[in-house]
Amino acid sequence: MSRDFLLEIGCEDIPARMLPGAQTSLKELLEAELKSRGLLSRAAVQTWATPRRLVAYCKEVLPAEADRTDQEIGPPYSVAYDATGNPTRAAQSFARKHNVPLSKLTVVETAKGRYVAVVRHHRGRPARKVLAKVLPSLIGRISFPRSMYWTSPQEMRFIRPIRWLLALYAGEVINFELAGIKSGRFSRGHRLLANRRIAIRRASDYRAQLRRAFVLVDPEERRKKIVQEIPRALRRSPLQAREDKELLDLVVNQTECPTVLRGGFREEFLSLPSEVLVTVMRHHQKYFSVETEKGTVAPHFLTVIDLDRDQGGEIRRGHESVLEARFRDARFFWETDQRQNLAGRIGLLKDIVFQARLGSYANKVKRLVQLSCWLGKNANPPDGRHADIAGRHADIQTIERAASLCKADLTTLLVGEFPELQGVVGGLYARAQGEPQAIATAIAEHYRPLGPDDKIPQTLEGGILALADKIDSLAGCFSVGAVPTGSKDPFALRRAAAGVVRIIVEQELRLDIEKAVRQATATVREQLPDAGSGDPSPAIMSFIEERARYFFREVAGYPYDEVNAVFAAGWDDLTQLKQRLEALHQIRPTPDFEPLAISFKRIRNILEKAGGPAQFARGQTIESLMEAGAERGLYDAFRRLRSQVAALRQAYNYAEALRHIASLRPVVDNYFDVVLVNASDPAVRQNRLTLLAQLLQEFSTIADFSEIVAAPKTRRRTNGTSKNKKQAQGKKKAKS
Amino acid sequence: MKQLKKKRRRLTASSRPGLTFQELVFTLSRFWAKQGCIIQQPYDLEVGAGTMHPETFLRVLGPEPYSVAYVQPSRRPADGRYGENPNRLYKHTQFQVVLKPAPNAVQDLYLASLEAIGIKLRRHDIRFEEDNWEAPTLGAWGVGWQVLLDGLEITQFTYFQQCGGLDLGVVPVELTYGLERIAAFLQGAPSAYELAWNQKVSYGQVRWEEEVQFSAYSFDWASIDTCRQLLELQEQEAHRILESYPREGQPSQKQRHPILAAYDLCLKCSHLFNLLDARGAVSTTERAVLIGRVRALACRTAECYLDQKQTREQRS
Repeated sequence: MSRDFLLEIGCEDIPARMLPGAQTSLKELLEAELKSRGLLSRAAVQTWATPRRLVAYCKEVLPAEADRTDQEIGPPYSVAYDATGNPTRAAQSFARKHNVPLSKLTVVETAKGRYVAVVRHHRGRPARKVLAKVLPSLIGRISFPRSMYWTSPQEMRFIRPIRWLLALYAGEVINFELAGIKSGRFSRGHRLLANRRIAIRRASDYRAQLRRAFVLVDPEERRKKIVQEIPRALRRSPLQAREDKELLDLVVNQTECPTVLRGGFREEFLSLPSEVLVTVMRHHQKYFSVETEKGTVAPHFLTVIDLDRDQGGEIRRGHESVLEARFRDARFFWETDQRQNLAGRIGLLKDIVFQARLGSYANKVKRLVQLSCWLGKNANPPDGRHADIAGRHADIQTIERAASLCKADLTTLLVGEFPELQGVVGGLYARAQGEPQAIATAIAEHYRPLGPDDKIPQTLEGGILALADKIDSLAGCFSVGAVPTGSKDPFALRRAAAGVVRIIVEQELRLDIEKAVRQATATVREQLPDAGSGDPSPAIMSFIEERARYFFREVAGYPYDEVNAVFAAGWDDLTQLKQRLEALHQIRPTPDFEPLAISFKRIRNILEKAGGPAQFARGQTIESLMEAGAERGLYDAFRRLRSQVAALRQAYNYAEALRHIASLRPVVDNYFDVVLVNASDPAVRQNRLTLLAQLLQEFSTIADFSEIVAAPKTRRRTNGTSKNKKQAQGKKKAKS
Repeated sequence: MKQLKKKRRRLTASSRPGLTFQELVFTLSRFWAKQGCIIQQPYDLEVGAGTMHPETFLRVLGPEPYSVAYVQPSRRPADGRYGENPNRLYKHTQFQVVLKPAPNAVQDLYLASLEAIGIKLRRHDIRFEEDNWEAPTLGAWGVGWQVLLDGLEITQFTYFQQCGGLDLGVVPVELTYGLERIAAFLQGAPSAYELAWNQKVSYGQVRWEEEVQFSAYSFDWASIDTCRQLLELQEQEAHRILESYPREGQPSQKQRHPILAAYDLCLKCSHLFNLLDARGAVSTTERAVLIGRVRALACRTAECYLDQKQTREQRS
């Protein structure tokens, strides 16, 4: 008999969004448990999941734990036994403590001499016993974002009620009880197509048996089925399903037996904007929308049902009539909303609260108009230095109008019904009401990006308005102390801060972010003179900094030490920071760079030990105190390079500037080979420290090289270092 | 029984296929009666949902088993559409089932009830989609699903976790069927008003006037001042009763204390709040405040009710 293991937790319908997490959690818990008990063979633990079951399978689990021997050392032999070899009181109390008769005490030789000991041999318990013991608590530890109790609060919590437990090892049931349910060998088929108990004899037959009972336990198998059926449902037509990975994930996790159906709706509804049609289909009905060859919405949809087929088309007709009712509602809202234009709705915003202490959206709009106009003027300052952004100046009138209208759609019926369309509806209404396209677009875009996968605004004005909206939310909430804590972030401030970073970087805006934050907090204060005490700007800045570092590291994929290095040189202009970072990343693999970085770190350490670089950087270097040769050579090279680097930096040519700095390497190496910084003459010592401090300061304005974690050439360091090396050399991920 | 079957055949042979509206009520009542539910009557006050009926709100408190089913016409002033919208109604009809404790096979039981009203499970797409229900004015919430039938939301299915702000020692399950939707599905009716109430009379004939006039009252006529005053008065009266509950008193004294009347007053407050909301008289901030005030009444009622009940048990 093969020693395979199968666990199925039968459950009432688990929310689709939680299924992948639960599947991973089960796998990790089980692997860790088997490993710690020495039961894990070379076979991997596989897990599967459907809304009604979480499954783990392992082709081979070792038959028993490893044997083990425990040894408790007691008193020295000479204390435990007297000269005649009789046990003393020390021996008696030691035996009593460990609950063994005196005869069971043994003598062991240790480095310190002979000692009395209790030695116990434990036979490893058989796998079935161990599993029976660990599975109940393991199941209870599967992580879900929320859980419930279904009998009483004293009983077990899980995502939804557990209704059956199937647990087999080598073909035999692993007996345990959990939440009032005894484990057994029975699974269940599809709820509507095979609602019966299914006896599993062999774990290896489980998937096939379930497939015959209309359940595809492996999510990947279900995904494949759906992906294959979509084009089949659209065959003989030039139509295409709109790709939607998130929706696909959802329907995969909502079904046991997915089948794709195609339905249609009346063409008259195509007069509604496509955004509205798609939202109704996607968010409310979980349908894939269908496009014509030209990319416009076609009067069809695809739904994924949890059944093998649609006998007689009743299901299709049901879905069609539900969709029609939804569309009719949407059209009613659209038409009713047109009775009052956006400008006429601004007054209604005073009744919609943004945040209790910050007041209504009317207040927010006032701040937005001010802040976005300020940003419009101050992002991409027309100082003529930035050849790359020449001519990219926001149109202030567009911004002002868009800012004043952008929240008005919150008062419409359509947004009331479809809150996820806020902004989008505003843009559609603005266009329908004759506002210029640039204004409509800025309104439509200003909530973007809605998440890490969402696009940022595509127009400059939309970007500025989106920035203003987010920075104002940060400034407002931090001013009144509504700061995110732990997992609680009701105003989505983390998302707002991440959006600020992405908009600046991806639109390549030149903006002093600290000034912008100060402007925003001042605008809030102007409106709410008694809002909180103290200036929230520093807290906002470090909040944004955290997101910005995360962005460059995890999203843009730069090694963490390069990110640290450029942030240490200042980050108020994120677009410039990105250029510095890219330049550093380019220069990093060149042969001179890392040795130079090591030298810079050495310089920093020397200066720190001497009391900190700052106290030396402002001093004067005195040429007469310098030795000819290495010291003088460094001084000359520094003076020569300083002006070149400064000029290159001024011209934003960071890569070339860094190449110049890297060329210092032989001079620096030579310096440290020959010169003793801590000279006995205090004046000489002071002079040397001053030169090093100035060198460090001058050449750390692009990136602070001492943050670079150098990769050792040979492996003589500890594990910790080789781990750093791996990260530091980590290839940059593809950037979008 | 045989007679009954024959009768149903005759009924379903009317102009529309599927059960009439009243047959739907009969069938569900009979189904759940067979499962041991007592069949209650609708509560005779304006309520927004079947959960507010004391047969749910109060009976779920405490450990003793209780199973009940009833129809509850539910008034939602803001949902009125003057009888013009095919699906949205000022007053819709819920069929409410509460089973305490929740039986293990409750999902299967529920599916069997759908079969009983003529839905062939093998021919339809039935989904349990995550939906965690919450009634902030009642301090009640639970975990569960909305049940979708070919994409149409027909039932709210909830395991109660808290009610009146109290953790429930024994977890009840609540099934709330939306009768108009289900009937429209069974009959293939495009609008609630076209439903066959029985073979001769349509839903519209029975209910249309009510929809028009109560929509008009909720949106256009209800005096905001009067509603506010009434709300204050009812709330004061409720507090007067709740605050004088003799927590340390004799059992007989406790028994006579009109906690049930206080709950009625709480329900009236809730309806008045809904009216004010429909009139557009409630700003977002005030909304939270008013909901909090009604919830305070509901939570206090629940506490007193439970204390009263425990006193009763100690005596017997």
